[in-house]
Amino acid sequence: MQQISLLLASLPDGILLGFVYGVAAMGLTLIWGVMNVINLSHGPIIALGMFGTYLIFFKLGLNPYLGLFLVAPLGLLLGILIYVVAVHRVINAPHLSSLLATFSVNMIIIGLGTAAFTTSPYNVDFNMGSVSLGSTTLLGTRLIAALAAVIATGSLYLFLYRTRPGKYIRAVANNRSAAELMGIPSSRILALSFGLGTMLAAISGALIATFFPFSILSGGGYELKSFVIGVLGGLGNPVGALIGGLTLGVLEAVIPAFMETSWVPVIEFGLFILVLLVRPNGLFGAKQ
Amino acid sequence: MKRTLFNLFALMIVLGLALTACGGAAPAATEAPVVEAPAATEAPVAATEAPVVAEEVTVTIGFTASQTGAQEVSSKRQVNGFNLWMNQVNEAGGLTLSDGTVVKFAAQSYDDESTKERVQELYTRLITEDNADFLISPYSSGLTAAAAVIAEQNGKLMITTGAADDDTYKQGYTGVFQLYTPGSLYLTSTVDMLKTLDPAAKIAIVNESDKFSTAVVGGLKPYAESQGFEIVLEEAYASDTADFGPIINKIVDSGATVVLGGGHYPDGSTFARQLYERKVGIQFIGILVAPPDSKFSELGDAALGVTGPSQWEGKATHTEEEANGLGIEWFGPSGEEFSAAFEAAYGDKPTYHAAGGYTAGLLLERAIRNADSVESEAVKAALDAINIFTFYGGIKFDTSAEAHGLQIGHSMVVIQWQKNEAGELVREVVWPADVATKAPIFPITAP
Repeated sequence: MQQISLLLASLPDGILLGFVYGVAAMGLTLIWGVMNVINLSHGPIIALGMFGTYLIFFKLGLNPYLGLFLVAPLGLLLGILIYVVAVHRVINAPHLSSLLATFSVNMIIIGLGTAAFTTSPYNVDFNMGSVSLGSTTLLGTRLIAALAAVIATGSLYLFLYRTRPGKYIRAVANNRSAAELMGIPSSRILALSFGLGTMLAAISGALIATFFPFSILSGGGYELKSFVIGVLGGLGNPVGALIGGLTLGVLEAVIPAFMETSWVPVIEFGLFILVLLVRPNGLFGAKQ
Repeated sequence: MKRTLFNLFALMIVLGLALTACGGAAPAATEAPVVEAPAATEAPVAATEAPVVAEEVTVTIGFTASQTGAQEVSSKRQVNGFNLWMNQVNEAGGLTLSDGTVVKFAAQSYDDESTKERVQELYTRLITEDNADFLISPYSSGLTAAAAVIAEQNGKLMITTGAADDDTYKQGYTGVFQLYTPGSLYLTSTVDMLKTLDPAAKIAIVNESDKFSTAVVGGLKPYAESQGFEIVLEEAYASDTADFGPIINKIVDSGATVVLGGGHYPDGSTFARQLYERKVGIQFIGILVAPPDSKFSELGDAALGVTGPSQWEGKATHTEEEANGLGIEWFGPSGEEFSAAFEAAYGDKPTYHAAGGYTAGLLLERAIRNADSVESEAVKAALDAINIFTFYGGIKFDTSAEAHGLQIGHSMVVIQWQKNEAGELVREVVWPADVATKAPIFPITAP
């Protein structure tokens, strides 16, 4: 009975957090789905999104949620820049090349970030109040972050399925050569896809910064979660990634109700291995 | 094929990142010595009489600093304190031994990135390549445990600061000396205070699952129970925990009125913030390490009322009169002199981590003076025999075979964040009562 009440108290938190995890994972899986590149700079870009919120809040005095409209285009532009400088030349090379290229970007961002911000933890002291429902307390910042995550997912879905550039992205993802024969400028579309992936990473970081402290090294943990979600949920499928994120968020909330919190990573990654072995296409059967 | 490839990479990345996470954050390595000392402002301990024969020796003190990673905040303050001592002594002309030898000090330091692997690699380098004469520990119990093994294996003396875990001093080492009050005693003062505030309090112990915090809890639980308190929850969390929501729900569910625990700065400040945001009605919060740091005030109202044990506080600094009353030798500058010099050098008020770094140097200085030598064995014998009082408090070591080097002369105070008349957050000493600058706020929220 005690566990049930704990479960009910923790579940909403897990769900809200899961939406944000989902957005972070979408960025990673979108890039992989379109161009077969594992973006190892994903974590530091999430951290840059966090610092984006911090700077917008403290230096410009703007509401962090309004700041998303600044973080998102900057994330898009940064992604395009990374693609042009580091990824484009190795896009057709063996996977190791793009892996090393994005890893180098990762190290550069962390190095520059450490020089600029040190590795001290930062806080965005921004409170949106809370709502109490029985034993459950829902924080305003998490509610809004979840809403923003749903909007980001919906927007991405509409973009991919209802706009011409989105259709180009899907075409390139399905068959790049055929898409090029149809006159689709694949290089530009790949750059756009990479930009969208980093934009989503930056947005998720910007949202996380409103309720968790962070440092330039904080993105690593969320990158890790994004890989797990990528396996659990969707590959190039935003809705699948969102469901994967929700699954992870719920697990993190539910497990402590039944056992010590230190068991969370054991079970999470145990499940990760299990899914790889039993259902390599993911729990939700995401399509390629 | 594509999916399989992704899965394979994902598995490799997850395992790799997980292993990295276990070892702590590791940004770009820094090979070059990184610690620069600021200009000294004032010498608290003047050089002794002018030497007859001005032979000068330079003693190299080696240590690693966490310039990056999880321990960065506290480590930097510790290093600043040490550098202040070193510059003051050197600018005052160094120490003069009875044979006229002038001893000056040089620091050799590297960034350990808050990881044990780097610590062991770098302390080996400090000993074998840089020929460090004496060692100061890195910050944190975990890193110090890793460094102490290397120091002991190579027969180097190490003064530890920022390393409270008791276990390191119960390994049979003979050359490792602890400056901090041992971890097992960290929260006992808080329990004593709590007994005067609410003897019927129900305590939730929630701590980081690292070496130091586990040692603190190991001492806290039996002591609290011996004082008649009921422990309603014991929960450990990983060092990189960001979401304390599920744990806070457990605290609420347990019916606890008091939360004691925490670990280091990042997790402690996060935990305090989330306890505040959820407004769960906890009446008293005692957290390790984070509250005594001035950066803690960045939490705003979430910091209000949070208490923490402190090795030293400028507002309740130890004095020469206190030492005289106890019949113990006084050594070094007053707390006011130290604070003024530190503020002049770094533009920030010193925390106990800074005071610990400074006192580590001061302790070595006193031992060299007592030994009248810089030879390791003589200094070691002097440390074994030392019993002094400084602005930081008493310093005396256990010399038994079971716990050689364990600190037995130092006591702690409890601080609480309160608001002054101008509405600004300030750190006040609230325990022990005889040195308290303010009465504790209790309860911090309505029951």
